[in-house]
Amino acid sequence: MNKIIKYVLLDIIKSKIIIAYTVFLLLLSIGLFNLGGSPDKGILSLLNLVLLTVPLISIVFATTHFYNSYEFIELMVAQPINRKKIFMSEYLGVAFSLSAAFIVGVGIPVIIFSSGLTGFYLVLTGVFITFIFVAMAFLASVITRDKAKGIGIALLLWFYFALIYDGIVLFILYAFSDYPLEYATLAMTALNPIDLGRIIVLLNLDVSALMGYTGALYKSIFGSVWGMATAFGLLLLWVLIPVLSSRRIFARRDL
Amino acid sequence: MKNPNKQIFLLAHILALILWGQTAFGNTLKVCKTCTYTSVKQAVQKAKPGDTVLIDGGTYQESGIEINKPLRLIGQNNPVIDSNYKGQILTITVDDVTVQGLTLKNIATSYIRDDAAIRVFRASNVRILNNTILNTYYGIYLQNSEKITIKDNVVKGENDGKTESALGNAIHLYYTDEVEISGNNVQGHRDGIYLEVVKNSKVHRNTSRNNQRYGLHFMFSNGNTYTYNVFRHNGAGVAVMYTDDVRMEHNTFEDNWGAAAYGLLLKDIRDSVIRNNIFRRNTTAIYMESSSRLDIKNNDFERNGWAIKLMTTCVDDTFRLNNFTGNSFDVSTNGTSQLNHFEKNYWEKYTGYDLDKNGVGDVPYRPVSLYAMLVERVPPSVMLMRSFMVDLLDNMEKVLPSIIPENLVDEKPLMKRVKHDNDKEFAQVLRQTTSAAGRER
Repeated sequence: MNKIIKYVLLDIIKSKIIIAYTVFLLLLSIGLFNLGGSPDKGILSLLNLVLLTVPLISIVFATTHFYNSYEFIELMVAQPINRKKIFMSEYLGVAFSLSAAFIVGVGIPVIIFSSGLTGFYLVLTGVFITFIFVAMAFLASVITRDKAKGIGIALLLWFYFALIYDGIVLFILYAFSDYPLEYATLAMTALNPIDLGRIIVLLNLDVSALMGYTGALYKSIFGSVWGMATAFGLLLLWVLIPVLSSRRIFARRDL
Repeated sequence: MKNPNKQIFLLAHILALILWGQTAFGNTLKVCKTCTYTSVKQAVQKAKPGDTVLIDGGTYQESGIEINKPLRLIGQNNPVIDSNYKGQILTITVDDVTVQGLTLKNIATSYIRDDAAIRVFRASNVRILNNTILNTYYGIYLQNSEKITIKDNVVKGENDGKTESALGNAIHLYYTDEVEISGNNVQGHRDGIYLEVVKNSKVHRNTSRNNQRYGLHFMFSNGNTYTYNVFRHNGAGVAVMYTDDVRMEHNTFEDNWGAAAYGLLLKDIRDSVIRNNIFRRNTTAIYMESSSRLDIKNNDFERNGWAIKLMTTCVDDTFRLNNFTGNSFDVSTNGTSQLNHFEKNYWEKYTGYDLDKNGVGDVPYRPVSLYAMLVERVPPSVMLMRSFMVDLLDNMEKVLPSIIPENLVDEKPLMKRVKHDNDKEFAQVLRQTTSAAGRER
């Protein structure tokens, strides 16, 4: 398995896209920190970046990578290697390389400009988001053999989680505003990894406005170490569910 | 040559004599462990009007000392009067009393009598100076009195694990006029300074912090001035209600944090002035309800959740030359009708331009965002804060305003932060705005 991961990593690095991604993140983060004035503001701007571009790039890159390495996968499948192992190596190879790019591109500026718990949460959230969206990309890729269709599904997933979902939530909150919705919003947050990540970072940052009743509730739930562990546990669940289901599909499918 | 000097010398002597005569009018009764008087109560009972009771260092286990003749109670070497939870310590029921330099402590919660360390009842010209009051139910309680000075006292309660109703106020005034409260440090009580039906009083340079409910709380108290106070980390900030003609200047409202905390809560306040204050890290810096004809000027709003929550019941309030920086929401409101004026404030979130370089932005600024309105209407929608969707909606609303109040707008937003010190630039802007306001009238 390690050998396959190594090959996948080498392949990705050869394509140079990952290096461009790293440089892009690095320049953007340094720029935002210098522009924002206070490190808190830099973190906030970075949060928007992490929650919007990181999922998009992860999902698009991972989908195209999967389809492009289809021949390699077919070759591997012809060898006496467990299909699940092949799949997991592909997944881990892509996820590791993208996370490494993220850690270098965002993590290093964060350590330089605003090292603290908030920065740490931001980087951790970003890494989780990368893993989650690579997993979703792989899920989209194993569902269909058609590359265009696969990329379409992947983009739709990104669009759903980054934009449409919040719109739906807003609509639900507005429509049912006469009811106590605090726990409902909590549940709805858990159903979207991007929202979950945003709230984890925000609770450490822009707390004052989040207060209110809902904010206080969030704070009481996510504020403690156990709460944070639960939140990251949920994110881990968000990684595992698509990975395991796509692995299952991949293992059983006729290639 | 020598004559005038000599005359002045003589005059000074006479003057000193007169002064000395006044201060030493009456005898001095000393209280200490080895003196004639070993208890304060004894000395107070024996004293004649105008006497001075000098209390020397040591701890006196006493309570229920009633002062019903003009006296000076002065502590020397930090004497402590410990009531041992047996009721009130000093009750002043007569004019011209001074209480100075004492430490009073330990008064139990008493729901019926409202026990205080010092109670002033129907008296005037009372001076309460440099006392330390520790662990009491009420600290200083004035009622139906006038011309009182409360200066440089420290009132410290213990509110850990106590409910609001089990706590009293540090300085409590009821139907008392012409009071000067200055340089006090109050903490750990229910309200730091509480004024009810108090008129023509001054509250200066006090520090009120860590109180369970409000740092400062006043109701029906017209014509008072509050300057240079610091209100920090109180459970619900500062609340002022049903009052006209208040001046609040140079105060600092800081770290009033929590779901129901406000930097400054205004309810039914009219014809008042709020200037040169600093609001920093409050959940809501100013919450305004049914408040009209207020002049809110030269204040700094920094890193608050909401800088201003302006309910539609407010009419004719003016916001000028304020700085709004780092607030999550600058202004929020609960309806579309708006009858207040915003002019020449500095908004950090302003993105307009200034072509003629006169320091005033050419595009009007609407400080209320769609999302702020939404949060006001549906509180759980705070969960979408900083979401891309929300930014998108806000920007759409900025281009085509339909939900946010049309009239809540700063037509002349400033491009640069207002400097409130006396530099020339500021004076110029000030003059311009005042002359503009004059012309409008």
